[in-house]
Amino acid sequence: MGPQHPSTHGVLRVKLKLDGERVISSECIIGYLHRGVEKIAENRTYQQFAPYVDRMDYVAAVSSGLGYCEAVEKLLVVEAPPRARVIRTILTELQRIASHLLWLGTHALDIGALTPLFYCFREREEILKIFEKYCGARLTTHAFRIGGLQYEAYDTFEKDVERFCKDFESRIVEYEDLLTQNRIWIGRTKGVGILTAADAIAFGVTGPVLRASGVKWDIRKAAPYAAYDQYKFEIPVGTTGDTYDRYLVRMEEMRQSRLICLQAIENIPAGPIMAKVGKVLKPPPGEVYHAIEAPKGEIGYYVVSDGTVMPYRVHIRPPSFINLQAFDRMVRGHLVADVVAIIGTIDIVLGEVDR
Amino acid sequence: MADEPKEPKPPQVPTGEKPASSTPAVSTPPAKPADASAPAAPPKPAAPVPPKPPVVLQTPLDNELVKRFRATLGAALFEAIEDRKQAILTVERARLVEIARYLRDEEKFDMLSDLTAVDWPKREKRFDVVLDLYSFAKNERLRLKVHAADAEEVPSVVSVWPAANWQEREVFDMFGIVFFGHPELKRILLPDEWQGYPLRKDYDILQQDTAWVRENLGIESGQ
Repeated sequence: MGPQHPSTHGVLRVKLKLDGERVISSECIIGYLHRGVEKIAENRTYQQFAPYVDRMDYVAAVSSGLGYCEAVEKLLVVEAPPRARVIRTILTELQRIASHLLWLGTHALDIGALTPLFYCFREREEILKIFEKYCGARLTTHAFRIGGLQYEAYDTFEKDVERFCKDFESRIVEYEDLLTQNRIWIGRTKGVGILTAADAIAFGVTGPVLRASGVKWDIRKAAPYAAYDQYKFEIPVGTTGDTYDRYLVRMEEMRQSRLICLQAIENIPAGPIMAKVGKVLKPPPGEVYHAIEAPKGEIGYYVVSDGTVMPYRVHIRPPSFINLQAFDRMVRGHLVADVVAIIGTIDIVLGEVDR
Repeated sequence: MADEPKEPKPPQVPTGEKPASSTPAVSTPPAKPADASAPAAPPKPAAPVPPKPPVVLQTPLDNELVKRFRATLGAALFEAIEDRKQAILTVERARLVEIARYLRDEEKFDMLSDLTAVDWPKREKRFDVVLDLYSFAKNERLRLKVHAADAEEVPSVVSVWPAANWQEREVFDMFGIVFFGHPELKRILLPDEWQGYPLRKDYDILQQDTAWVRENLGIESGQ
């Protein structure tokens, strides 16, 4: 199957061993989008590398960017000012909603429900418009800088976010009306691709996939970064770890993200948006592993400095790559048609798997 | 260690990074408040901390975990340091699987969150293989390092954490480090027939396997 199959969300190739319609075993073949991002990092300065991370998970560039900026800040032992942290939180949560919307639309499309795609893209468009107004770009935003932000929030930023959040409440209900009680949807997702909590942990799976298996773990709570410690939100968890649970978890996460945005715009502290970092960044020698909760799971940056202007080594722990490892475990014993549902439910982006 | 570049860093250091090192016994846990959502993050409100001139970022680590580790596995621990509030243990390569099992079962580091390598070609043992572990029970991270020379094999930890499978393949792919005991060690991102290991420091950024590119893509250069 693949690499040009429409359900593989890019260029994933899966070798399936079948007994009739049943999958006996599978093997993922990846690397078609490998660009050597980690090698590039060693040949760029810290700031120059920042736009590259947007091109890994290109549907959630803001989150990748936040992880990288915070990792380098940790390496420099500086911290972004409170105002910058709050704006970062808002944008990252909007990005989470946008990423989940793209996932929901395409996942439903894979399974045969055409309509949600149009609804999801309608709302996603509003988020991308906010990004565009904020920094001029819609997808590969490069929204943050090491040490804070380059751009101040534009005049109607809070209003735009608020309007989106207000509208969005009823929009989620629309999606759920289409899917949650839909018998075909339930038939295609319930009991499909079950991943137990023990397996999920053993395979290093993170993000919504882990939570749907019943592990209540979210880095936003476990090791708060940006401004997450200031806001109240719940971590939704599933019970059986099947495709339907993962769907429910992501739907609830969108609701929670919306609540975080609403809390955050109420009180954006005044003050500078950039910490004092020099024009030339030379982090003291040492190393840092910094992980944040991206829409797809834990995205970690392992950055080693030798005290020069270029990173000695940057390693990226992409959630899609690690989560995809559990695919074989989830797909065994299912029908070929379910493979499509299971690829969709892990929510991978091949740009991030292959780097 | 601190080569103190002349950036104006110290002024804006509100992170309270270093106080931790003065109380090493509890230095790792407090970084991560488990589930307390609201006020618990110490680094943030600590803004008015006066700038501390001598920035020593790496300090020896000797907390409870290290003490227990020493008591059980003694000589296998070469070095324990703390760098920017992260616990880093350098351990003996040959006993890696035993150590991994101990950390998973006794210390509850049940998730291998990241596995990678770093190349230091000037060192006698040029590679660092780096494992980042996470414990759900303690909400704590721990970094393990082993050193390996060019042709030395590193024991595979796939039997301890299945998550290591693809990550070890990636390290093999990019650095050419062989993991002993890995169920299926082959390239993962690059084509199987590719020659060379791109993330080694002696592999230039413009370098490529010209023969492979010519043969399979029918062009002179992929650059």
